[in-house]
Amino acid sequence: MSEINVNIKDAVLEINNVSVAYNKGNYAVTNVSAAIKRNKVTAIMGPSGCGKSTLLRAINRMHDLYPNIITEGQVLLNGKDTNKMSTIMLRRKIGMVFQRPNPFPTMSIADNVIAGYNLNGISLNKTEKEEIIEKSLQDVALWNEVKDSLNQKGTFLSGGQQQRLCIARALAFQPEVILLDEPTSALDPISTKKVEELLMELKEKYTILLVTHNMSQAARISDNSMFMYLGELVEYGKTKEMFINPKDKRTDEYLTGKFS
Amino acid sequence: MKMISILKKTDAQVERKWDARFIKDKIFTGFIIIFSLITISPIVLIISKLISKGYKQLNWSFFTETTPNTYQAMLAVNLGEIIPGGVLNGITGTILMVLIASIMAIPIGIMVGIFLYENQTKKYAVIVKDITDILQGVPSIVLGLISYFWVVKYITNGFSALAGSFALFIMMLPLIIRSTEETFKMIPVSIKEAGFALGAPYHKIILKVMIPSGLSGLITGILLAISRVVGETAPLMLTALGSMVVNLNIEKPTSALPLLIWEFYNDPNMVDLIWATSLLLMMLVLGLNLISKYIISKRNL
Repeated sequence: MSEINVNIKDAVLEINNVSVAYNKGNYAVTNVSAAIKRNKVTAIMGPSGCGKSTLLRAINRMHDLYPNIITEGQVLLNGKDTNKMSTIMLRRKIGMVFQRPNPFPTMSIADNVIAGYNLNGISLNKTEKEEIIEKSLQDVALWNEVKDSLNQKGTFLSGGQQQRLCIARALAFQPEVILLDEPTSALDPISTKKVEELLMELKEKYTILLVTHNMSQAARISDNSMFMYLGELVEYGKTKEMFINPKDKRTDEYLTGKFS
Repeated sequence: MKMISILKKTDAQVERKWDARFIKDKIFTGFIIIFSLITISPIVLIISKLISKGYKQLNWSFFTETTPNTYQAMLAVNLGEIIPGGVLNGITGTILMVLIASIMAIPIGIMVGIFLYENQTKKYAVIVKDITDILQGVPSIVLGLISYFWVVKYITNGFSALAGSFALFIMMLPLIIRSTEETFKMIPVSIKEAGFALGAPYHKIILKVMIPSGLSGLITGILLAISRVVGETAPLMLTALGSMVVNLNIEKPTSALPLLIWEFYNDPNMVDLIWATSLLLMMLVLGLNLISKYIISKRNL
């Protein structure tokens, strides 16, 4: 376990000794500890199957969905144990964006944005709805593209627009942290660029935790980086320092392309 | 040098038109055409026969009047006229019984289907799934018998529409359960996870995300289940019995289109009515099937 050279005071998330097993004894993530700094983009990188997504999904307790997955350890959000929070509260504070754009196929663009409210039975009046929809879509730079077709189905949009809609859906719930699980791996280069620019802007207001297996993406947009290998957090630090001067041999080999 | 000779040999064989491969290919194509014709010919023959024999009876009174009695039919046949009366009692009976069966089978079937989808590995769910498959294979006459012993004897104390509906309900149940399960399996997991990532409770995800996303599949499954039971005769013989008049009381004996066909078959004076009634029933089933095919083709998931 390498040093965590991030100031703990600024941490919004603290991951303490988190391990995740898909079956008994078959660990995908082992004893990961890290503090995630507020209003920064933190990238989790590593080769396929190293447990990056598994770690990410442990943070907002998505593993609760699958009874055979065992999660150990603890994640603190602003010092509070997430295991003791209600799932609604937890996922309100920690939004998530997935690998493939997954707008709800039966809902209109507008309904997709406020789905977090609708699905949790939170009633909004018309002006509140309109405000949230416009603001969230403007935050993801989608408003001008879709403002005339808010009642159309979200699935009519292009892949990049769909992914930005999914980010807007997460933002609409006013989270503190946004988890992104390889959000651009299914997108073309132009859409990828737009999403990356968006993430750089969003870090002003949100804390962003991004899983990527594209190390140049991590270099482009992240402030801090984690390198995971075989379920272990090998190295964690400022992205620039890690890319210039990796401390661990495995990080060095990964960054220089000896394996991927 | 050797490679070049192999290349030339290969080229020559590829260009040869009438060698064994081409002949085999033609023979198999021929077989497939013949077999597919054998497959589609029954439906063409059935429909053409039903139309040619039954179209004369298909007039206004066929849909608006109830079954004639034997004497009226005999008179008409002897005078060379069209048999008076119609099958209104069968139409209303079929609608009534299928409707009641659907009201019972759709909610239960969908709920059990969701249960099976959500608990694919749990032991109890696996047992339920196996029993569902067995239920699908139970002969319909046996279901009629069960309905006779449960509903006719103890609930309505006589032959009734309710007893007929109950038999149809048990027939529909496994069809709807399995189609619901298959539909839900086709919905990408990522959509369900998107709902969970927003903190939505389980029942909201089922009601507001999963069911709307799979709606076309659910409707298709229900329509196919209806089209399967709408033509069932055997269980209705033991339960609904049949009736000469329009009956909308679920505790009284009721007629149905397939029951009428059986009755007309047993009455030499009414034989002509078989064809028109069969044509109507066939059109009903065909229509339901075509609608569900259309819905499947429009499905955009």
